[in-house]
Amino acid sequence: MAELAGKSRPQFRNIHVTQILAYRLPPAGVVSILHRISGALLFLIGIPFALYLFQLSVTSEISFESYRAIVSHWFAKLVLLALIWAIVHHALAGLRHLFTDAHFWLDLAPARVSAIAVLVASVLLTAVLGLRLFGVF
Amino acid sequence: MPAQRIVTGAHYGVRDWLAQRITAVVLLLYIALLLGWLLTVPAVTFDSWAGLFATGWMKVATMVAMLALVYHTWVGMRDIYMDYLKPTGLRLFAQAATIVVLIGYGFWTVLILWRV
Repeated sequence: MAELAGKSRPQFRNIHVTQILAYRLPPAGVVSILHRISGALLFLIGIPFALYLFQLSVTSEISFESYRAIVSHWFAKLVLLALIWAIVHHALAGLRHLFTDAHFWLDLAPARVSAIAVLVASVLLTAVLGLRLFGVF
Repeated sequence: MPAQRIVTGAHYGVRDWLAQRITAVVLLLYIALLLGWLLTVPAVTFDSWAGLFATGWMKVATMVAMLALVYHTWVGMRDIYMDYLKPTGLRLFAQAATIVVLIGYGFWTVLILWRV
């Protein structure tokens, strides 16, 4: 027992933030880390920015106009585009979580396909909403 | 077992895991409600938009969604801190700051809805 106690055992820890780029993650791993990043982004920037815009948009007709002025600025549109991606990716990755919680898509192949589907669908939806945001249609 | 528990740990149970899922569904339903309104309203003007949030049911729905968002964000951010912030003091500070900010977001929402 004394020998065992003195022996250094291998430790398997979570991937540290600084190691993310060095890892060759499977699609499900990419979805997972982007789920975290998008969630943190929504907490730090998304919620306060949305509340600020919401406040302007509902308080008075004058503040409604300043809301419109802010969201028509190109930089605000870029921030909104990033936040739109964050909310779309987070929602779709979350839906995938709910399906795996219900024991769907647990095998290797469907887990892979659903992960790629989340990545592709979130980019496509963001692109469509982005075109609307920048006034293409 | 109690000796292994740390002050900034989870509650070692299924409650937060389940709450994370339930609040997620509440938020998805609220987003669907907003999208449904946006897609069916003839024109989004100040009157129609502010009029939506002037109704009692929409104020209640918005507050329910906001409280769900606060709980959801708390569980999610705490999960992130537990994986990446190892020193107890640092993690405790991040957790405390997050709680304060989230309560602030909640009351800010009350103030906004109060004036509509």
